[in-house]
Amino acid sequence: MSSTSSRQINLKTQIEKLKRQDMFFWFVGLITLAFALLTLLSLIADMAMTGWPRISQSFFFSFPSRFPDKAGIYSAWVGSFCVVLVTSLMAIPLGIASGVYLEEYAKKNIWTKLIELNILNLAGIPSITYGLMALGFFVYRMHLGQSILTAGMTLGLLVLPIIIVTTREAIRTIPSHIREASYSLGATKWQTIHNHILPYSSGGIMTGVVIALSRAIGETAPLITVGALTFIAFLPSSPMDPYTVLPIQMFNWVSRPQEEFHINAAAAGLVLLTMTLFLNGTAIYIRYLFRKKYKW
Amino acid sequence: MAIRSEFSTPQSLKRRLRNFKESLIGLSLFLCALSSVLITFGVIYTLISEALPFFKDVSLKNFILDREWTPLFENPQYGILTLMSGTFLTTAIALTIAIPLGTVAAVFLSEYCSHRAREIFKPLLELLAAVPTVVYGYFALLFITPLLQKIIPSLESFNALSAGLVMGIMIIPYISSLSEDAMRAVPLHLREGSLAMGASKLQTSFNVIVPAAFSGIASAYVLGISRALGETMVVAIAAGLQPRLSLNPLESTQTLTAYIVQVSMGDLPQGSIGYRTIYVAGLVLLILTLTFNLIGQNIRARMENKYK
Repeated sequence: MSSTSSRQINLKTQIEKLKRQDMFFWFVGLITLAFALLTLLSLIADMAMTGWPRISQSFFFSFPSRFPDKAGIYSAWVGSFCVVLVTSLMAIPLGIASGVYLEEYAKKNIWTKLIELNILNLAGIPSITYGLMALGFFVYRMHLGQSILTAGMTLGLLVLPIIIVTTREAIRTIPSHIREASYSLGATKWQTIHNHILPYSSGGIMTGVVIALSRAIGETAPLITVGALTFIAFLPSSPMDPYTVLPIQMFNWVSRPQEEFHINAAAAGLVLLTMTLFLNGTAIYIRYLFRKKYKW
Repeated sequence: MAIRSEFSTPQSLKRRLRNFKESLIGLSLFLCALSSVLITFGVIYTLISEALPFFKDVSLKNFILDREWTPLFENPQYGILTLMSGTFLTTAIALTIAIPLGTVAAVFLSEYCSHRAREIFKPLLELLAAVPTVVYGYFALLFITPLLQKIIPSLESFNALSAGLVMGIMIIPYISSLSEDAMRAVPLHLREGSLAMGASKLQTSFNVIVPAAFSGIASAYVLGISRALGETMVVAIAAGLQPRLSLNPLESTQTLTAYIVQVSMGDLPQGSIGYRTIYVAGLVLLILTLTFNLIGQNIRARMENKYK
């Protein structure tokens, strides 16, 4: 009699112990997430508080200067814009075409396997090795110089895997009966892709493109190796002109010992951060819109 | 007969034209897909061909055994281990942050969160990976280092510790997202079986789900490692430019990537020994990251076969 009741009590304390542990882990998980998000928040807050006083119209429309309070980011944001334009012209068509080929045309054979494995590895190699490759190949072998064209193409290669992978994922969510219906009405393969597959996957593809562009805007390391200059006091007039971009300008200001330049760096960082977070927010929103639009 | 020829001639021409157009489109799409293979070979070929002449001047023995890396000095020494120690040190610090936090976050998101909460937290966590690395560099140098110096007064203003810590926070989402995907791919009946036997959520998570998803989680770790090895701007800004064969996190150090940045900032004539050294550093880095990537993919492929 007494032994059963003591076992019951034991079981009860056991269950309570497990529940307490469960609660404890729930708490640990919450703290972990909070820690990560608070770090992000403090990064944004620190940058905003230091940099905000420098944000003014003249900061956006002045060239870099020896005097910190006169220096601005005019050539940097124009350069970033031009470079990203070249990047999109190259990476978007190439990436979408590769994605469509791999999902709709490729047969399951060793070549396809090779291309797939290769894309996985491309996505994993450090960005600075793209820069080294571009220095050896674009700058010295093809004599494109340290130009906007070189920089845009380098970043194009860098973000290509992102676009390919997201294009494939978007196409894969389209059920096969859509294709079969199109074929049974007599459409050719390309007609099916053009009229059905691409429109239905455009949400996912656009998400990938926006994320890829946000990555290109923030990328610094490969552009240092292909020779982005830090002191450009004019606007580029052709794709072969030298250039600077926003992250490089920020890197230059961070690397200086004077504190006044650090304030400029924070202001440039704030602009950069706003742009990338805005683009990522857009990507999340596009994904949400299209998920509501197409339900298979 | 007459009907047939009337029916077939214009039609077959039109059809042949259409088939031709179709196969042309197919071919050009194939060429686009093939371009990615060319890029890989381009990267590997350029790195090897620009790095190889270096070994005419420097013996492999010196390259591996020298204890200093001073290629631009008068008495140059080329001990690659010096740069590698910097890379491994910052990577190790980053991983001690990213692996525990990333794993806990993944378990929490996958097993403890409601669907709604996950939809909110996951994109927020992934924003950590969207912040440009140069911004993280600024944060490490001008926010984390002064903060740490209040606790550890002997900390140098350029140091491996704060660069590593910030890098760790940066790669949390890489680890947590991939690990969470792996945990959610574990079939529901395993979870239900464990809960039905009276196990708590915590016991189910760590005794059933994590072991079942282990290969996916391990591949997330491996990809996190290769991300940390190749990270450039954070270490170039915050860890300093002092190549040192030491594992002291409080001192400044130099990684393979930071060395490439430092040399590229100056003007280097093509073919000079300084120019060769950045390709050598890049090649070592490429070999390291490719090895880790292949290991990670191998582990993941094994998992995908397990739960088909």
